[in-house]
Amino acid sequence: MSAIYPITMPKWGLSMQEGKVNGWLKQVGDTIEAGQEIVEVESEKIAGAVEAVAPGLLRRQLASEEDVLPVGGLLGVIADASVADGDIDAFVTEFQSNFTPAGEDEEDQGPTPQKIEVKGRKLRYLKRGEGGEPMVLIHGFGGDLNNWLFNHEALAADRAVYALDLPGHGESSKDVGEGSLEALADTVADFMAAVGVDGAHLVGHSMGGAVALMLARRHPARVRSLSLICSAGLGEEINSAYIDGFVAAGNRNALKPVLADLFADSSLVTRQLVDDLLKYKRLEGVGQALSTLSGKLFVNGRQSSVLAQGLGALGKPVLVIWGEEDRIIPVAHARALSGGVQVEVLGNRGHMVQMEAANDVNRVIARFLG
Amino acid sequence: MARKITYQQAINEALDQEMSRDQNVIVMGEDVAGGAGSPGEQDAWGGVLGVTRGLYHKHPGRVIDTPISESGYVGAAVGAACCGMRPVAELMFVDFLGVCFDQIFNQAAKFRYMFGGKAETPVVIRAMYGAGFRAAAQHSQCLYNVFTHIPGLKVVVPSNPYDAKGLLIQSIRDNDPVIFLEHKALYTMEGEVPEESYTVPFGEAAVVREGHDITIVALGRMVQKAQEAAAELQKAGIHCEIIDPRTTSPLDTDTILESVEKTGRLIVVDESHPRCSMASDIAGLAAERAFASLKAPIRQITGPHAPVPFSDALEELYIPSAAKIVAAAKSLKEYR
Repeated sequence: MSAIYPITMPKWGLSMQEGKVNGWLKQVGDTIEAGQEIVEVESEKIAGAVEAVAPGLLRRQLASEEDVLPVGGLLGVIADASVADGDIDAFVTEFQSNFTPAGEDEEDQGPTPQKIEVKGRKLRYLKRGEGGEPMVLIHGFGGDLNNWLFNHEALAADRAVYALDLPGHGESSKDVGEGSLEALADTVADFMAAVGVDGAHLVGHSMGGAVALMLARRHPARVRSLSLICSAGLGEEINSAYIDGFVAAGNRNALKPVLADLFADSSLVTRQLVDDLLKYKRLEGVGQALSTLSGKLFVNGRQSSVLAQGLGALGKPVLVIWGEEDRIIPVAHARALSGGVQVEVLGNRGHMVQMEAANDVNRVIARFLG
Repeated sequence: MARKITYQQAINEALDQEMSRDQNVIVMGEDVAGGAGSPGEQDAWGGVLGVTRGLYHKHPGRVIDTPISESGYVGAAVGAACCGMRPVAELMFVDFLGVCFDQIFNQAAKFRYMFGGKAETPVVIRAMYGAGFRAAAQHSQCLYNVFTHIPGLKVVVPSNPYDAKGLLIQSIRDNDPVIFLEHKALYTMEGEVPEESYTVPFGEAAVVREGHDITIVALGRMVQKAQEAAAELQKAGIHCEIIDPRTTSPLDTDTILESVEKTGRLIVVDESHPRCSMASDIAGLAAERAFASLKAPIRQITGPHAPVPFSDALEELYIPSAAKIVAAAKSLKEYR
């Protein structure tokens, strides 16, 4: 009962070397449950909250707002009230004297993305974890595998989890063919075959959800379950101003206000996020890919394919997760679902709910899969 | 993680991809092939530091070694551009500008204006610049401010491999004369660069680092110095915002002014001489248009008004250092 638990700077994504403390959500002396959010931290890409790994009292805050710490650096300490102050000080001293920040050149960067040729297209993917029933993460329109930055590692705790860049996205080939949902679903099925995954739990966000649904229809043997996050394909409505604005934006000032619609808390749209998306949009072939996809999937401001009716007939477990404040695809699509579908609506979160409420989303998916 | 290549490789890749895309793109200059046409041609050196190595064999007939006559081949490149080619002429060291300046400032830069908008001159002139190579006073200058002064020229000063590739592709596709300046000391710098072709637009500054205490505008190699300084200042609790204009003409004045309005303090780091420099230009911009936001005087950190020395010790003193930026930042933070 007298254990002392460190709270350390997390590593969100391959490039994160350090993070900035944005503010404490708990004060010294507060009682903490495992899984509670304790401190808000910001990398150059995204802001998020660090969760407690164990219950206890918050005994020390070792970093103040605006402090920048290397990944793994000590933010604070959790321990029971019964632990003496002297023991905690000794723990902190020992931690700090043993701590060496990982250098940029060190080998221990974790798994790195791979590329694989699938039917003439180069696809980038990142695999984490081993064994278990595998999972495939499918991002949305204009996204890439980094959209799963806060989910990938947690979901891979007891299984192999693949996140890929769809055609036209990230570092995959920019040729999207006819740009239909069917073609995207077939590409993901081909990808699964290429990496030796026969059947997987599919997790799709936004357009990636519709791709997962279509994949389940066309290749049912490849699908064990569906987790659909703020998913396309469950109703006609979509924020066409967002889609059109995203496709058209050529500079920071045009793109930033468009991206604000992605989050309930629009301060999460950091300059780095905007710059990274601009870099993506400026790659040869991306403009064409996005126009082709939006012209096929989102016609006259509506979604072309509504697959909600067929959900029950798929005979697969289906989980639907939505941010209540989603300004891209309305939460009403989740609420209209019936029969055998588990629906989880997270309050005060937007379309990028898997980033805004990563810990909640990870837990819901883990529980759903048992 | 994305692939990493050097600044030099990024420039080579941009040339290669544009030459493959558009047959009108040609490369010309002193030794850009290097040995081409001679018995040892398979050993083509590819320019004085090897930047154009390999292009000669991939694009036969389109990498052209010229006589040592800048006025001749720069003039030829300008003429070819007027006739529909997209030449990339290499001036080797920007210090050789003097012998071909008429072709650049009184010809190429004026055609669009003087022919009523009917003439286009899509020429790129690449050149190395900057101190730090023990190359003495005639091979170490930073002359981007000279070109920036002239209407009709676009001037590009990339500070990293990503920008070098995207800005060079943009330069080649641009229909106006572009001066593309490469800092010698950056050639070995590595960075993440997409394999695909892409462009970085002109007149869009990069915000290299965000901060709320002091704005540091830095150009070319000075961006690295500013980053070193900002990391040091962070430890002292001073949060710097670093802005890299990337192109001096056009200049992204909005991004600079927005930052100065936020921080109220400005340091401009410019490796060139102080008089009529980018430092004085940007300082003037902020003094005129962000005066009400300023909490402290603007500081310009430049080389001295003296030729670049050959002596190692003196050359190191000549180049603006991170230590000078740190000292300036601390004095601004303590001002009043």
